[in-house]
Amino acid sequence: MRNAFTALRAVLCASAAAAVIAMAPAPAAAEKVLRATMHADLRVIDPIWTTQTIAGIHGMLVYDTLFGVDDNLEPQPQMVGDYSVSDDGMTYSFTLRDGLKFHDGSPVTTEDVIASLERWGAKDQPGKALFAQVEKLEKVDDKTFKMILKAPYGLVLDTLGKTGTNVPIIMRAEDAATNPNEQITSAIGSGPFKMLKDEWVPGSKAVYVKNEDYVPRDEPPSGFAGRKEVKIDRLELVWIPDPQTAMQALIAGEIDILEQPPIDFLPILEGTPEIKVMKTGAVDSHWGTLRLNHMHPPFDKPEMRQAMYHLINQEDFMRSTVGDPAYYRDCHSYITCGTPYSNDAKSDLIGDYDPKKALEKMKAAGYNGEPITVLAATDHHTITPATQVLLNAMREAGLNVDAQSLDWGSVVARRAKKEKPSEGGWNIFVTTSSGTSAANPVINTWLGASCESANVGWPCDEELDALRTEFAFARSNDERKDIARKVQERAAHVVPYISWGQWTQPMAYRADKVSGIVPVTGLTVFWNIDKKE
Amino acid sequence: MSAYILRRLLATFPVMAVVAIFVFVLLRLAPGDPAALIAGDDATAADIANIRTRLGLDLPIWHQFVIWIGGILQGDLGVSIFSNLPVTRLIAQRLEPTLMLALATLIVAVSLAVPLGVLAAWKAKSLVDRIVMGFSVMGFAVPVFLAGYVLIYIFAIQLRWLPVQGYKPLADGFWASIQSLVLPAIALGTAYMALIARITRASMLEVLSQDYIRTANSKGLATERVLLLHALKNAAVPIVTIIGIGIALLISGVVITETVFNIPGLGRLTVDAVLKRDYPIVQGLILVFAMTKVFINLMVDISYAFLDPRIRY
Repeated sequence: MRNAFTALRAVLCASAAAAVIAMAPAPAAAEKVLRATMHADLRVIDPIWTTQTIAGIHGMLVYDTLFGVDDNLEPQPQMVGDYSVSDDGMTYSFTLRDGLKFHDGSPVTTEDVIASLERWGAKDQPGKALFAQVEKLEKVDDKTFKMILKAPYGLVLDTLGKTGTNVPIIMRAEDAATNPNEQITSAIGSGPFKMLKDEWVPGSKAVYVKNEDYVPRDEPPSGFAGRKEVKIDRLELVWIPDPQTAMQALIAGEIDILEQPPIDFLPILEGTPEIKVMKTGAVDSHWGTLRLNHMHPPFDKPEMRQAMYHLINQEDFMRSTVGDPAYYRDCHSYITCGTPYSNDAKSDLIGDYDPKKALEKMKAAGYNGEPITVLAATDHHTITPATQVLLNAMREAGLNVDAQSLDWGSVVARRAKKEKPSEGGWNIFVTTSSGTSAANPVINTWLGASCESANVGWPCDEELDALRTEFAFARSNDERKDIARKVQERAAHVVPYISWGQWTQPMAYRADKVSGIVPVTGLTVFWNIDKKE
Repeated sequence: MSAYILRRLLATFPVMAVVAIFVFVLLRLAPGDPAALIAGDDATAADIANIRTRLGLDLPIWHQFVIWIGGILQGDLGVSIFSNLPVTRLIAQRLEPTLMLALATLIVAVSLAVPLGVLAAWKAKSLVDRIVMGFSVMGFAVPVFLAGYVLIYIFAIQLRWLPVQGYKPLADGFWASIQSLVLPAIALGTAYMALIARITRASMLEVLSQDYIRTANSKGLATERVLLLHALKNAAVPIVTIIGIGIALLISGVVITETVFNIPGLGRLTVDAVLKRDYPIVQGLILVFAMTKVFINLMVDISYAFLDPRIRY
């Protein structure tokens, strides 16, 4: 085939040369332009207002954070120069480092920081948990402020350095004064990139340029910490909705980075000499969740929920959704496998795949063939096949399945409904989360069990919630690990959800042009990347 | 004619009013909640309710409708729920790629399909006719996305003559813009060309069997004169009708082509907005599409009078 095309090219080249030359694009300017196609297009520019990951990526470009986690998920100072903690663990004192300026030229002050933290703390779940323990934020001067706690909360720095969604970015006080349920309209931060808002076409392209005033730290880049040096002049996030076209665009060199190529396409990309496929970050990027509704029968009984363990063969789910074993693994831990607090303290309740046993246990728990409403997303590249695997297992067990086929937008709306399944509610839905969002029991909000105020599904278990709180107040890593084991054991009994596997999403890029990608999990970052034109 | 045009323009208002009410109510009755999509996985019911309140989605439907219509009467189509940008700006951003793609497709399709249809009719039942109609059937049968991928593979990946994807605005240079439209216009124009060629052939065959054509031939007029001046002009009404319908479809319904070639046009904007439940964008777009269709229909109807003097309004 290749020879045929070579011959065809030779024959046609002469006649077409003039036209091709005439139609060739104008020579690119000397500036270094990096073009990346992300997993989604940027539609929202307020990373506090929404939890969309792409908005978080935009946030990490335009804004800066007080702390950032490094490769080992340890929080390291970023905008903060010096900080100290009182002996009783009740007072944190932070001093901003020199040279911090917003894109409009104004200096970053503690007023901006306090206003930003308050807005974030009213919106983000781990932020809310932190602010529940904050007595006050006190300005000392323009560069120093104190966080005075009501109790010695142990996750202050981890929470300020959190990644994933709703990252505690620092914006101007005037922007941070916006109600957190209302979107800010500006994109003026103090981060390493400036957004060219006039060139933003939602659903097509977002453009950023290097912030010449940004002063990077001296430490080498590590995760979200260290030196954020911008080596390109312009970054274009080009949204290509069709994965096939996106892959062809990378092969043709029209884009430089494809953030999340479908795993099916990896053999083609790996076979292209100019392209390299890399794993992003030490932590797996995703894990799958089977969420059960604790509010309504039949899953209001723990025995019914525990029986569902016998319907989950993670290998089936992973083969259907990811395919290549190089990128997935079994993980029954309620904390992301591969992170410091994950553990195998699963009780004997987590059983092997056995549909007959599942039905027997359910009957013993009082199940009489009532319909089980499953919200089946029809338009999601991962959730849709995973739901089909679940439905097959449930039907194989002989359960009365009421599969409601909906687009993802409708699933998201319906899962928030607390009504009975027969009145517009639900029993089960399938979703995915980022690996970093479950790195400890507090930030893993799916583990929350505070009944009606918990995340959708509304698990209700005082002991599990108390253990999460205990984890937040632990003062040493050993103590935390011990509590994490107890959380795992309790969660295995309560079954707030069932994991159906953990995997990592690789990134593909033009290795002939691009170098210096910082491997991180959760939010792709663009500092330190260089490009040869 | 002037009275007719005025009547048609006035008739636009009730049409638009019906469209506006229908679209508004239909969107509100459809499942899905933009507030839940914005709030994300970690949100509590209170968080979602707060966002709904801020977006005004908790108001009664009639109240939301009054606010929306009030804005439209002042030329304001509203603001996108997600991007917070005016809907008029979002539509304006997408208008050029859509119009350029429609125009390029129209030029490719009409300039090839009409001559081929005339040729097929003139040489009816010959090998030429069969070849033209064979291509026409193939044009219908091959899905646009498949044609798109094949064109990309040959001309962008193997020959490297044209870009895989994207649209270059005219501001970036005329040739760069044309270059970005060649493959999508061919992919999209294939089916459209097939449709026009078949209609042209059928219409021409009917006209060519008329007595006045036989008379023209027996008078010894040149074949091209008979075909183009006598036959084609009289066969033009159905051809123009199908071209008009095609233009309306090209402007509002080329989602697959826009997706495969990553053209940021109105079709993709519509689908994205529907999936995200971005009500103001969907409502604004449907109104724009409805107005476009009404206008094109009017233009087609007016053109009948010029093409066929027997038609009077």
